[in-house]
Amino acid sequence: MSSTTEAITGGRLMVELLEEAGVEIVFGYPGGAILPFYDELYHSKKIKHILVRHEQGAVHMAEGYARSTGKLGVCIATSGPGATNLITGLTDAKLDSIPILAITGQVSTDAIGTDAFQEADIFGITIPITKYNALIKKADDLSRHFEEAIKIAMGGRPGPVLLDFPKDVQLEKTTVRKASALKIAPHHYERPKVKGDAQAFAEVLNGAKRPLLYVGGGAINSFASAEIKALAEKANAPVTTTLMGLGAFPGTHPLSVGMLGMHGTAYANKAVLECDYILNLGARFDDRVAKYQDFAPNAIRAHVDIDAAEFNKRINVDHILHGDLKDAIREILPFVKGGDRTSWIENIQSLKKNHPLDFDNSGDSIKPQDFLQRVYTKTKGEAIVSTDVGQHQMWAAQYYLFDKPNTWLTSGGLGTMGYGLPAAIGAKFGNPDKMVICVTGDGSFQMCIQELATIAQSKLGVKILLFNNNFLGMVRQWQELFYEERFSESQWTYNPNFVKLADAYGIPAMRIEHKSEIDKGVDFFLKDNGSALIEVMIPAEEKVFPMIPAGKSQQDLIEFKDLGKLKK
Amino acid sequence: MKHTLSILVNNHPGVMSHVSGLFTRRGYNIDSIAVGVTDNADVSSMTIVLNGDDFIVGQVKNQLLKLPDVLKVQDMAYASSVQRELVLVSFSITESNRSEALTICNGFDVKILEMTEDSLLIEFSGNSRQVSNVISVIKPFGIREISRTGQIAIAYRNQNSV
Ligand SMILES: Cc1ncc(C[n+]2csc(CCOP(=O)(O)OP(=O)(O)O)c2C)c(N)n1
Repeated sequence: MSSTTEAITGGRLMVELLEEAGVEIVFGYPGGAILPFYDELYHSKKIKHILVRHEQGAVHMAEGYARSTGKLGVCIATSGPGATNLITGLTDAKLDSIPILAITGQVSTDAIGTDAFQEADIFGITIPITKYNALIKKADDLSRHFEEAIKIAMGGRPGPVLLDFPKDVQLEKTTVRKASALKIAPHHYERPKVKGDAQAFAEVLNGAKRPLLYVGGGAINSFASAEIKALAEKANAPVTTTLMGLGAFPGTHPLSVGMLGMHGTAYANKAVLECDYILNLGARFDDRVAKYQDFAPNAIRAHVDIDAAEFNKRINVDHILHGDLKDAIREILPFVKGGDRTSWIENIQSLKKNHPLDFDNSGDSIKPQDFLQRVYTKTKGEAIVSTDVGQHQMWAAQYYLFDKPNTWLTSGGLGTMGYGLPAAIGAKFGNPDKMVICVTGDGSFQMCIQELATIAQSKLGVKILLFNNNFLGMVRQWQELFYEERFSESQWTYNPNFVKLADAYGIPAMRIEHKSEIDKGVDFFLKDNGSALIEVMIPAEEKVFPMIPAGKSQQDLIEFKDLGKLKK
Repeated sequence: MKHTLSILVNNHPGVMSHVSGLFTRRGYNIDSIAVGVTDNADVSSMTIVLNGDDFIVGQVKNQLLKLPDVLKVQDMAYASSVQRELVLVSFSITESNRSEALTICNGFDVKILEMTEDSLLIEFSGNSRQVSNVISVIKPFGIREISRTGQIAIAYRNQNSV
């Protein structure tokens, strides 16, 4: 442990440690218990602070920033209500393995436990939803906790960490400082050696006639895209990705079969049924993908993951390789042989041809799938896309093809409505030169709608694509299909005038309702680098297909063309 | 099936919550938990007894190892470890059954800590099954108060000794 000669306050030390780690931007909201820290932040020339309108916005922005850059996302809140407003976002980051550092103010140490003004036991509250958390009791301990927190957030399977920082500790002086070696750079931390016999592992793949790679969010966290592409091409194996894995393998690649799972493509789900070998690369056999033990019923199952706790957690596997995905694939690659897989690839091609993604585009109304396809074409697939949760999320996953990692930001594990807008804002701060589009629904948008002000205040060029069906569309879809059209509390009998609302924030906006207006709408929406909102009115009855009904498995997949089967 | 996990953790505030929270979160029931500091003041030892099949226990172990403050997790096989629990029981006696009570205590190697006109306070240690046995034999007398420590365990050095 090194020491500085000069004693500085805890608040000052925290700002210096953040600067040294390379943190350039933080998202937050001040309050009494965090004021000493904010006072020190005032003097920082290296750290830009974005003032949000709600702490939930701050944590989702940090997530969007982290996912799109691969760096650590940092958010700040005061004690009590400020801190509890972070809960949803921290849970979201835990489930999707996003590296987030949350710094919260806490009441003074002598007041802790007395139900003091704005006191909440945020340490206790966040135990189950953080990878690591700590209450800093002395300024002398700060450095140690800070180092621990960043290493844990960024290392191994990434995740959120929280440091709770009492007001008096922010003011207390200390000379104890280490942690200068910390960096928030992507993939900076040492990875444990890959455990398992890579050669034996590869030979099982070599022996397969109908192999399928199943790629998850871990591929993004491990920056393993190039390795996955090399593996797929060398093995001549088709690739499906989870919702979280979109972009880890190019969606336009001939070997891509798109997304699998509840709303995945029919051909991906059918490929899972037909493959004789499935190699899970950094996915977690999520229950929206692999409902039962009979997942990939005819296949040898293999799994590569950095988190040993994922092995055999939901689905039993036959072969395991434990370690960072990028490293693991590098170890496997030299042993992988091509093999003749022509008939399997042909089989996949015919599945693609006979079971395409499909929708009815005959009427005058605008179909979200059509609109998204046009946005895809117009942006040449180069935008960063964030979404909220619902039908629009699934349409975006299906119809916007992602070729690059870190360009698809969605709440996969938790399914958090309200995520999309702030995540887009965070991504735009991290990628000022890229186009960032938030695809949202009229329900989700209203959950963090106040962050429009953050866009306006920073003059940020975030594009908002709002699909308005005047419904909680996904809820409606389930009610239509499984609850005999009892639309209990899913219809909005009041929605604001979204165009006027955007206008109130100085964000150019437009509404379109008819197919004839699509081109005009897309042009308006994407015309320059500035912010814009387009409200696209879509039919409430439009549904997401294919669909595996809740609780069913791959065999029960329903495509657009078998819609009739659903309504008995 | 009962499993006994012996866990070494950093002796920090909050570690106990982290560990027990992990069980709550997954809906696993803890039968007993006993904690004490080791010869190293920075390290505590926890013994957790839980009911579950090998799959559940394997999951618990994996999840425990993910906690930064957990240093070591050992699943104690019954045969190759010593398992002990301490119990203190105070129970009623009468003139007519006093000698019967004392005979029982003798037979079970129970330590008597206090005897009054109408009560006995005893101490007993053994594995959990033995402790439960003693309690069931005492029960008909009328238990007034009981305090069990929960099980602690340690592996034999020589794994062939049993
Ligand atoms: C915070 C939160 N509350 C409730 C839900 C449950 N939920 C999932 S989708 C959905 C409807 C979303 O409606 P909208 O944002 O309008 O999108 P659409 O499905 O119409 O595209 C709801 C309520 C959720 N995912 N998150």
